Amino acid sequence: MILTKAQYDEIAQCLVSVPPTRQSLRKLKQRFPSQSQATLLSIFSQEYQKHIKRTHAKHHTSEAIESYYQRYLNGVGRNGAAPVLLELANEVDYAPSLMAPVILERFLQEHEETPPSKSVINSMLRDPSQIPDGVLANQVYQCIVNDCCYGPLVDCIKHAIGHEHEVLLRDMLLEKNLSFLDEDQLRAKGYDKTPDFILQVPVAVEGHIIHWIESKASFGDECSHQAYLHDQFWSYWNRFGPGLVIYWYGFIQELDCNRERGILLKACFPTDIVTLCHSVA
Amino acid sequence: MAAVLESLLREEVSVAAAVRWIARSAQSSEDDPGEAAALSSLRPLRKEFVPFLLNFLREQSSRVLPQGPPTPAKAPGSSAALPGRPGGPPRGGRGARSQLFPPTESSSAAAAEAPSARRGGRRRGPGPGRERGGRGPGGLEEGVGGESQLWPGGRRSRGSGSPGSPSLVRSDPPNLSNLEEFPPVGSVPPGPAGTKPSRRINPTPVSEERSLSKPKTCFTSPPINCVPSSQPSVPDTSPWGHGLPPGCRSLQEEREMLRKERSKQLQQSPSTTCATSELGPPLPSWTGNLTAESADPARVSSRQRLELIALVYSSCIAENLVPNLFLELFFVLQLLTARRMVATKDGDLEPSPGAPDSLESPLFQSVHDCVFFAVQVLEHQFQVLSYLDKGTLKLLAENERLLCFSPALQGRLRAAYEGSVAKVSLAMPPSAQAVSFQPETDNRANFSSDRAFHTFKKQRDVFFEVLREWEDRHEEPGWDFEKGLGSRIRAMMGQLSAACSHSHFVRLFQKQLLQMCQSPGGTGGTVLGEAPDVLSMLGADKLGRLRRLQERLVAPQSSGGPCPPPTFPGCQGFFRDFILSASSFQFNQHLMDSLSLKIRELNSLALPQPEPSDEDGESDVDWQGERRQFAMVLLSLRLLAKFLGFVAFLPYRGPEPPPTRELQDSILALRSQVPPALDVRALLQQGLRARRAVLTVPWLVEFLSLADHIVPLLDYYRSIFTVLLHLHRSLVLSKESEGEMCFLNKLLLLAVLGWLFQIPTVPEDLFFLEEGQLDALEVDTVASELGLDGMPVVDQHLLYTCCPYIGELRKLLASWVSGSSGRSGGFVRKITPTTTTGLGAQPPRTSQGLQAQLAQAFFHNQPPSLRRTVEFVAERIGSNCVKHIKATLVADLVRQAESLLQEQLVTQGQDGGDPAQLLEILCSQLCPHGAQALTQGREFCQKKSPGAVRALLPEETPAAVLSSAENIAVGLATEKACTWLSANITALIRREVKAAVSRTLRAQGPEAAARGERRGCSRACEHHAPLPSHLISEIKDVLSLAVGPRDPEEGVSPDHLEQLLGQLGQTLQCRQFLCPPAEQHLAKCSVDLASLLVADHIPVLGPPSPRGLERGQARRLLHVLLSLWKDDFQVPVPLQLLLSPRNVGLLADTRPREWDLLLFLLRELVEKGLMGRTEIEDCLGSLRDAQWPKDFSEELATLFHLFLAEPHRPEPQLRACELVQTNRGTVLAQS
Repeated sequence: MILTKAQYDEIAQCLVSVPPTRQSLRKLKQRFPSQSQATLLSIFSQEYQKHIKRTHAKHHTSEAIESYYQRYLNGVGRNGAAPVLLELANEVDYAPSLMAPVILERFLQEHEETPPSKSVINSMLRDPSQIPDGVLANQVYQCIVNDCCYGPLVDCIKHAIGHEHEVLLRDMLLEKNLSFLDEDQLRAKGYDKTPDFILQVPVAVEGHIIHWIESKASFGDECSHQAYLHDQFWSYWNRFGPGLVIYWYGFIQELDCNRERGILLKACFPTDIVTLCHSVA
Repeated sequence: MAAVLESLLREEVSVAAAVRWIARSAQSSEDDPGEAAALSSLRPLRKEFVPFLLNFLREQSSRVLPQGPPTPAKAPGSSAALPGRPGGPPRGGRGARSQLFPPTESSSAAAAEAPSARRGGRRRGPGPGRERGGRGPGGLEEGVGGESQLWPGGRRSRGSGSPGSPSLVRSDPPNLSNLEEFPPVGSVPPGPAGTKPSRRINPTPVSEERSLSKPKTCFTSPPINCVPSSQPSVPDTSPWGHGLPPGCRSLQEEREMLRKERSKQLQQSPSTTCATSELGPPLPSWTGNLTAESADPARVSSRQRLELIALVYSSCIAENLVPNLFLELFFVLQLLTARRMVATKDGDLEPSPGAPDSLESPLFQSVHDCVFFAVQVLEHQFQVLSYLDKGTLKLLAENERLLCFSPALQGRLRAAYEGSVAKVSLAMPPSAQAVSFQPETDNRANFSSDRAFHTFKKQRDVFFEVLREWEDRHEEPGWDFEKGLGSRIRAMMGQLSAACSHSHFVRLFQKQLLQMCQSPGGTGGTVLGEAPDVLSMLGADKLGRLRRLQERLVAPQSSGGPCPPPTFPGCQGFFRDFILSASSFQFNQHLMDSLSLKIRELNSLALPQPEPSDEDGESDVDWQGERRQFAMVLLSLRLLAKFLGFVAFLPYRGPEPPPTRELQDSILALRSQVPPALDVRALLQQGLRARRAVLTVPWLVEFLSLADHIVPLLDYYRSIFTVLLHLHRSLVLSKESEGEMCFLNKLLLLAVLGWLFQIPTVPEDLFFLEEGQLDALEVDTVASELGLDGMPVVDQHLLYTCCPYIGELRKLLASWVSGSSGRSGGFVRKITPTTTTGLGAQPPRTSQGLQAQLAQAFFHNQPPSLRRTVEFVAERIGSNCVKHIKATLVADLVRQAESLLQEQLVTQGQDGGDPAQLLEILCSQLCPHGAQALTQGREFCQKKSPGAVRALLPEETPAAVLSSAENIAVGLATEKACTWLSANITALIRREVKAAVSRTLRAQGPEAAARGERRGCSRACEHHAPLPSHLISEIKDVLSLAVGPRDPEEGVSPDHLEQLLGQLGQTLQCRQFLCPPAEQHLAKCSVDLASLLVADHIPVLGPPSPRGLERGQARRLLHVLLSLWKDDFQVPVPLQLLLSPRNVGLLADTRPREWDLLLFLLRELVEKGLMGRTEIEDCLGSLRDAQWPKDFSEELATLFHLFLAEPHRPEPQLRACELVQTNRGTVLAQS
């Protein structure tokens, strides 16, 4: 699913100020039926994260927190069963799973003697049963299961997707008889930066030599690709030479501009692989 | 001096005698007494003859090559006696030297004007020629001699020619007066006081108009007459003898004297003999006319005189009496390709009939004379020419003037061309390849702390980021290294606090330097002038590449002329600028240490051993390898030495030499006590002794070329220069005898030394002054040994790679063919090295001993390849042995450590005690086993080495030789491995066990159970189960629907739920894609789902049951979940959450409350052994503490009692369940 910059922009345009709920996602699918669901979700998630990064700070001023907390208290005071916290997050255009800890922390500050640590908060988010207030526990839980971009469940899904694609890639490498070292083996050897796979014998993909393969179970947009280039791909290049990145959910075509330099992008496992021929003399 | 030439011309002295006289101070017995007498009277002038001759020729040619002096000649005018030498009182300033052209009345204005104009052009000071002085990005602000063009960063602006005469640019003939093609190699005196030595002799007393109209095409260094005309000349009482007046050192004055002596009163202004001085500003004879005059042998004016001078000149060249062989060849080729003679105003050029064979009349009266002279010299230099590359030979052989003047020479050249295999290929521009990460040197164990390790990790990335940015942008106009990257580099260097980090970074830097600047990026390069070959070589699909290459080839390339200053071309510029921008003392010091070490290592590398000379194909193949290896080592050494020189002399480098003698003396006193960065003198002496000059001298030259002005004056380095001068003189090319150095080896040394003598920082007078002391100096070579020097290790490719300026000859000839002026700099790209592979492992130094001696003796009579093979095998097997021990013995011990640790943990409880203590206990138990390593290592080497040796040696190797070779290999490998193992095995075991302990202890953490014992898929599994991420996502959707908010039409169908749980089962059975975190979340979600089922909170789609699930359906689903929990989940399922207040609280919202499913669930949990009764009781107990509505509390209490009341046997429980099932919703009421 390789999109041109223009196609990508069209999708991104539809995602401005859309709350990260399953309803929004459903609408997006209807709007772009030709795109795969996973690609759309990945783009949605990335766009939303960019949006949150931009606006994150304003939700964490003490005035904002106080105002949200009061609105929350008023809301649950009227009806504890209503989705107060979720609606509050949507109204102020903030991620529900991120709004939950704000209120939770404020609540704990009020009810406990010692201010809560980050790990306590995180643990409560993972398991709202630990939240001492039943109403708040339900509200938090509701936020988390309804947020499709943030929260422990979403994190887990993303992690699982990443893992699954690495496994898929490993199977494909095995199937192609390409021997490799995986991340764990590399780490055990003391490598400081480790791509998903280093080929023990380099191959050529579409005419480009590659030494390593990195699997990315996401859509490659400009922002994430630049970050990956800086933090990972160039670091791999610096150590192991040119390599291949597979964005399983596609990428913006224009980003595949470092082929000559030694970073090749693909949206699937390559078919055009040339291996070193051993002379059978 | 003219007198000597005169006497030659008058045939009073034979050429041979003259050359003998010049070359040796003592008279030879061969000399005719008459000759001897004639010459002995001139004795004091002896060493001034060659500079005189060179200057004379340059001056004479100035009319053919009119704009400025044609060819740089770094020759002092004449009597440049050293201060304090007998025969002449000390002179005023250092380097005060003869002036060819002291200011005369007619040219005084010009003389006053010209220097400033020139200086302006060459220096950055304000002046009319300022426009050339643009400082390049990152270049040394005040580089050597203050000349920006010494540093490649300083891109010279191309527009030459003053605004007044733009047409001159195009119409220039190929000549050297163009500053851009021939950057000055001289340095400029700072002020009026500087009677500055000049590099190039400018024989042209330029007229005022000319100096104004063409300030920049005036050649290079300051004119020889540096003393401003307003000041009186420095009194010169140099040893002329003969009653010549002081200050009489210029050719013209000398001529003047000759005239007097002969009582010839030719009334002409001295300046008129210099054709160029007569030129009007627009140079009418040149503009718009590029066609060359045809040269006719029949029209040569004074053959005999030309022949004679050509012979003297050639003899000087042959005896290495000229500083730079190739410079002279260049000059000669210029004469050969001179286009036309410049006409003079007054017809002074007509040969004066009275004295046809004297110096009175110009030597070159026409183009015919020039060509004749050039061809004469070329005939004498044929041998050198025949060793030039094929392209140059072709151009020479095809030169129609040469054919016309000497068909014989042309024939020899053609034959040489046809027989030549000396294709000089052009390497592809190297692309940056990063230094690969090597765990052996780069992993955590090599760093002092985690922090240092991570800092270095970041630095590596920053370094390459900077490098990439440089690659992308350094060619952009206006981009500046320092501005663009300086602060980033310094920030990075700032993080290198620990010395150990510096050494890591320096290693990276040095490796990258070698990799980028020495390797062409894999491809072998293409061949000059062999387009069809190139095409077939590259194949059709490479056409694009070829096109790009061609573009690069035809793109104008600024070239440095036949003796360019030291530069840092291409990627080298990056490393130079990096060093400058980093400006880190620590870095420089570490770099120098590292470079010195590597230089020593490579310089002493055992290179090709002399081999019994059999000329069969096999040794030919071997020799190619030897040559390649030699070239690689030599090029690496040159690169390293250049950078060492750059860094070592960096602190002392200044724009100019110290202005006064006093200052210079004090600096000398200071510097003379600074030990050299690398004892190059010792290495040079060793090299000469071991007859490895061909390896040592080229890199030493690179090192010295970056020295500052003071260096050559220091005793230490002065002695090096003396040795080099001696060496230079001894490399007579025509001498070919047993034990002599190979021709191309000599040629390489002559080229690099000649180049060195032209470097601005090397005093001009050095070459001619030191000469006198040479005889005393003898280098004692180990005559018996035929060192590298006697082996044909240098080929044309290496020669041209090391001395790209030799390619200027080809450019000059090519520009003659193309008719272009050569101003665009030609089309030949700089040749860069083409060798690729790493430098190979250094053979191990074996300990001495009888066995070692025997082994040495054994190898002595075997081909060197045998030795290399054995050493290589031993090195590799030894290294593999260590790796094998790590993977087997050490790995076993680590496994033992792990199981011991597990036992320890079991007996001592979860935490197992202090990790450090644990480690100690384990190590004390395990390290003694390390002793086995030696036995196992020995076995390994014993087993593996012979096979490897056998595979690598020729089949026909005699059995005895083979078995000896095998045994030696076994011995060496064992020695290597056991030395390492006995020193390191304990530390290695410790390290590995430590890592294992921390791994195990970490594994004891909260997630340990999750990782515990994990089953894989069944063998038949085809991994088609739904992906875990998909399932979590699906279940999350159900949960979010159940929790709400939801649209009215939203809901879940019971079938979907059942399907979902079915898929969950499949996924849990196929472990292929499942990772622990995902499984944990699935477990937790399944518990949440169960709670929602129990509380009847799942919104069901469709008409049959609009409110909730059928009881039966819910029960079925719970059954599925229970069995998944029991059988399929491999992580702990948080079942206690079923009884968390939040989940139980879900029931509080439902009306009527239905507790039967919960009770059913609890009973099943107990029955399946998923939860213990007491555990459930505890949960229920704590539930009572929560705040509930009153009625809910009561019902909860009832449930609690009901559950407690049940007997602990399974049978009645079942019945109770059935009971509950039949009376749905009424259980609590009944009880």
